Amino acid sequence: MKYLSEFRDPALVERLVDELHKVTTGSWTLMEVCGGQTHSLVKNGLMDLLPAGVRMVHGPGCPVCVTPVPLIDLAVRLVRDHGATVFSFGDMLRVPGTTHSLSQAKAEGGDVRVVYSPLEAVQFAQANPQKQVVFFAVGFETTAPANALALVHAHRLGLRNFSLLASQVLVPPAMTAVLQDPNTHIQGFLAAGHVCTIMGLEEYAPIVERFRVPIIVTGFEPVDLLHGILLAVQQLERGEAKLENQYARVVRAEGNPDARRVLRDVFRVADREWRGIGTIPQSGLEVREEYADFDAKVRFGLEDAPEPVATGCIAGLVLTGQARPTECQHFGSRCTPLTPVGAPMVSSEGACAAYYHVARAPVQLVRGGRHG
Amino acid sequence: MCLAIPGLVTAIETRFDGTVRFAKVRFGGIIKEASLEMLPAAQVGDYVLVHVGVAISRVDEAEAHQVFRYLEEIGELEELMPLQDDTAPHQRIEARGAA
Ligand code: SF4
Repeated sequence: MKYLSEFRDPALVERLVDELHKVTTGSWTLMEVCGGQTHSLVKNGLMDLLPAGVRMVHGPGCPVCVTPVPLIDLAVRLVRDHGATVFSFGDMLRVPGTTHSLSQAKAEGGDVRVVYSPLEAVQFAQANPQKQVVFFAVGFETTAPANALALVHAHRLGLRNFSLLASQVLVPPAMTAVLQDPNTHIQGFLAAGHVCTIMGLEEYAPIVERFRVPIIVTGFEPVDLLHGILLAVQQLERGEAKLENQYARVVRAEGNPDARRVLRDVFRVADREWRGIGTIPQSGLEVREEYADFDAKVRFGLEDAPEPVATGCIAGLVLTGQARPTECQHFGSRCTPLTPVGAPMVSSEGACAAYYHVARAPVQLVRGGRHG
Repeated sequence: MCLAIPGLVTAIETRFDGTVRFAKVRFGGIIKEASLEMLPAAQVGDYVLVHVGVAISRVDEAEAHQVFRYLEEIGELEELMPLQDDTAPHQRIEARGAA
């Protein structure tokens, strides 16, 4: 498959690993921001190939994992109290709310459906005018343009029965929050390639400058990830802090201007709570007032649900790279993918789920001749 | 969640009175539909990155080759390296100093 298998070539992986061992003399801690990258690193066994001096910690880049409990509760209320048909991406269904997850609401007879694309929810709304259809719009900058496009389509079609429950977050404010934490030991970042596909590079230069950390925009395949790590380590060894683009085959400096325009038209930036982490200023995207008719919170007069009860889940520490999932008291006992206590155990991109699956089925190393 | 995979655009059609372009995109053996609203310049024959039913970027072949060229260079440099050199650089310098 073009542009996929080439970037999983074991010989190239080996070459990169050798080079990384050669250049590493110091001791460096890097964070991969995106949960998709965490998943790829763990699944492909790449962390076992790194030199002892290079430590990867996992970042907050899993939109499902950082969706706050009160928002899950709102989605559940839409299903149970308002009789709405709620669509979302698969992972959202099992994330626990205060009393129910969406899949529990579904088991009790609620109309909850999984879609691959938000545009499918619009088609459903068009075909079922008697139903109130809500798309639970979860995502980072990568997904938010598609969510925005769904709203634009619904608007264009004049639909009165389609709205968005927005749960969208922005990556650069989260990276800044991680670096501002006095306990942080992050010395460099692999930035999320697909977020940058939309937004471009300009938001990262001020972070590089202010905190003097290398930021490497990186892809998701084994060759991409090791190349990104190599570029970061090379900078750290030379005492540099620069912004580099490892994923230039997909990421342009200006991002995708058409996607950014749709984003700007439909959403506004707002303060936002991240599950387990707390409120990060200017880190969320809400529906603009011009489109209030398509904002589920406005349409159904929803008020924020009360704060959730404490569960002992340490997702906040896991998502900011201050604890490994295995350090959580619930890991693998009370908390498993079938009985998740916290969201990072639900999504395949959540660090807890990634560690759980690997503990069950030891990874085959890419180096051992594995063809992705 | 931010999973996006490259596929080949095999056909393009328009909808909504010709205002919106959709592509048929082939991923290995599967063909799926993707909106081209955020990639208006995409053509049949392009490789595009598709995320939740929307094409978000064109894969640039020249840039992809750049990475492979760099990796080849690392490999070639190794072959050019002098023989049995497995001592660390500072040990080499010390050895030279002692000679
Ligand atoms: S193992 Fe479960 S309870 Fe512990 S941090 Fe992860 S999601 Fe939360």
